[in-house]
Amino acid sequence: MTPLLKVENLSIRLPEGADREFAISNVNYDLLPGEILCVVGESGSGKSMTANAIMGLLPATIEVNRGTIIFDGYDLVSLEERRARALRGNRISMIFQEPMTALNPLMRIADQISEVFLIHTDMTSKERETRTLALLEDVGLPDPEKMMRAYPHQLSGGQRQRVMIAMALALEPSVLIADEPTTALDVTTQAQILKLIKDLQKKHNTAVMFITHDFGVVAEIADRVVVMEKGIMVEIGSRDEVLNNPQHSYTQKLIAAVPPLTAPERISHKQSDRTPVLSVNNLYKTFSTGGSWFRKGRVVKAVDNVSFDLYRGETLGLVGESGSGKSTVSRCVVRLLDSDSGEIVLGGSPIQLLKGRDLAPFRKRIQMVFQDPYGSLNPRKTIGQIIADGPIAQGMSPKDAMAKAVELLELVELPAAALDRYPHEFSGGQRQRVGIARALAHDPEVLVADEAISALDVSVQAQILDLIETLKKRLNLAVLFVVHDLRVAAQVCDRVIVMQRGKIVESGNTRQVFVSPNHAYTKSLIASIPGAHWRSGKDAKPPIPQEVVA
Amino acid sequence: MNIIKTLSQNKVAMVGFAVLVMLILVAVLGPYVYEGTPWKMVQRPFIPPFENSSYLLGTDILGRDVLAGLIYGTRISLLVSFVSTVIALLIGIPLGAYAGYFGGWVDEVLMRFTEIFQTVPSFALAIVLVAIFEPSVYSITGAIALVSWPPVARLVRGEFLRLRNQEYVLAAKLNGQSNRNIILKEILPNSLSPIIVLASLMVATAILLESSLAFLGLGDPEIMSWGYMIGSSRTVIRQAWWLSFIPGVAIAVTVLALNLLGEGLNDALNPKLSGKRES
Repeated sequence: MTPLLKVENLSIRLPEGADREFAISNVNYDLLPGEILCVVGESGSGKSMTANAIMGLLPATIEVNRGTIIFDGYDLVSLEERRARALRGNRISMIFQEPMTALNPLMRIADQISEVFLIHTDMTSKERETRTLALLEDVGLPDPEKMMRAYPHQLSGGQRQRVMIAMALALEPSVLIADEPTTALDVTTQAQILKLIKDLQKKHNTAVMFITHDFGVVAEIADRVVVMEKGIMVEIGSRDEVLNNPQHSYTQKLIAAVPPLTAPERISHKQSDRTPVLSVNNLYKTFSTGGSWFRKGRVVKAVDNVSFDLYRGETLGLVGESGSGKSTVSRCVVRLLDSDSGEIVLGGSPIQLLKGRDLAPFRKRIQMVFQDPYGSLNPRKTIGQIIADGPIAQGMSPKDAMAKAVELLELVELPAAALDRYPHEFSGGQRQRVGIARALAHDPEVLVADEAISALDVSVQAQILDLIETLKKRLNLAVLFVVHDLRVAAQVCDRVIVMQRGKIVESGNTRQVFVSPNHAYTKSLIASIPGAHWRSGKDAKPPIPQEVVA
Repeated sequence: MNIIKTLSQNKVAMVGFAVLVMLILVAVLGPYVYEGTPWKMVQRPFIPPFENSSYLLGTDILGRDVLAGLIYGTRISLLVSFVSTVIALLIGIPLGAYAGYFGGWVDEVLMRFTEIFQTVPSFALAIVLVAIFEPSVYSITGAIALVSWPPVARLVRGEFLRLRNQEYVLAAKLNGQSNRNIILKEILPNSLSPIIVLASLMVATAILLESSLAFLGLGDPEIMSWGYMIGSSRTVIRQAWWLSFIPGVAIAVTVLALNLLGEGLNDALNPKLSGKRES
């Protein structure tokens, strides 16, 4: 087969002062008609660079240094802008990661899609409308007639991504580039979008270049795989070769870091004879938005009658998709949010109504590790100050607090030299370690980890999970682990609670929940995990659930 | 610091900065170096510039030395504008910080109060204030400060609203830190960049306000200022245009320098907004 798109010796130079000279160097691969090629790598591996070069989306400061991208006999690198533009969107199109921002918020769906026809074809407005409607039906949007007139904000994330796909496929391009199109989506939505891309790809025989960081997704849809590390292509091969028999050590490392879906057998704690360190009883929290004098606002029950107990030395997972209320629960528990009703009992004392000074002594007993390693550390403070601030606020002398900060840095496996440096000098994983050290500075009994590893690369995730596990054992912590990734939950949690729309739908021992889930929602969550059959070694896979239309 | 480095690469901003440094030097040292008094009648009136070597910029209606007036005027312009900006910041920052940090009714009350000042035309209010308290350096500075703090309060409030839900602020709350500590040590240092930019532009506005007041005869009668020089020679603008033109240029150059510097600071402090650097 002759390749559709041929990338030859492509090198892209970064501007001076960047952490390496080339964004990508000497990249060679081709895309065959009708195949799905996955480009995999961690953040900063340059996996999106080639795609950006193909689409002419490279920032002005970055330019192609060497090499060619041959498409249909033309070199896209040296092709003049006017002619490249005729190919883009027409013969090659792209879908992006962020469905929230990739659509123009002021244009109706129908107008956005038919704009593609307006630019590249000379269809009449009637023809454009029929084609647009057909496309919306094609991508499986419910009630396409109504969708035509909708604005982007009226659609859910998954629906918007479907619209993006409809736009990308409008002119039946021969190449579709998908840059992390499912990363921002929930796991059940992701499963549907992956299936859609695969179905449409088969139907139109499109070649797809699929960029992702998730080996589960690769297992799900790839025909061939390219693995990138720091701008260098380290491995290329068919899906089964790369996944089951990786040659390069980096690929092996990445695949080993992907948590398997099976929950390991854990020693079950005898809980009956112990008192829980934290109990939450019948917790409620509602948010109301948009109300005015004349109109009732929208009321969202974020937390709806949630109760659970947490014991020392165990990890309790709080699992759910976005909007399930899991983060709201965690914020209520640490008293960053006030709950509407219900009881939060920490070590025997109800803390849900305490304020100001009365609350302060309880603060140090329950601490939180945050999601965003970049937003959770004050950029104007040194690491030492960040860690020592808490104990100082609780009345420790600055000198003792600093000494403690040194100890904590050692505990989270960071060099003591980090003390006087600022957060921007550290990588995401290192910052997350600082965040953990800050939380531990109070010697807390309960550690709440709010999506503490979601923003990290998979190999770094594994390290941080290990660290939390070690610390839990060593300090006999009770850990409340809020997470959307079921694979992670399966690995680290002793018990899990599954939440949907503010309610607990299922709870129990992790292994039991994963092996024999009771609730339909839990079943659909587990079935949607990409690459499940690959990691669990089974080939059979339960059917993908239908989209729940809100 | 890389901010200073970025700023020093911006040629336009450095021109502004150089002009400003020069003006400050003139204001501080000028009266000691140049032997001239702004009020004394030294020669016959209406000597055009560059005609008499001892009075380089000529003399005004009453035969006073224009260059001396210009030098003393620099003093009052810079002094009033800097001090009034500092006072405006001292009013605006705490107000905005409290409103943005606490939100709710605190925010409502403080912002309605701010809006009262915003709805009154600021120059009219400044005139009334100066007229009531009699024109003096103090009343002028106070009046300018009083009409120029509302934008500071609004800006700071916006920054605090944006930053108060950042995870590091939440972490500080969980640490049991006092609200005062969180405001001063966590949020304020991270909202300084736009405040610095705004302050540099406020100094420019204050110079214009001070000159306008002096032009209308509401300047301190004891002190020579650029606005007064223009105001007093406006009746003779057809015979001796340079008497209005020279202080006018001084005002324009100073304001321009401050604006260039402000623009440069904006680019250096908010690289993402200026769009000149890729992330």
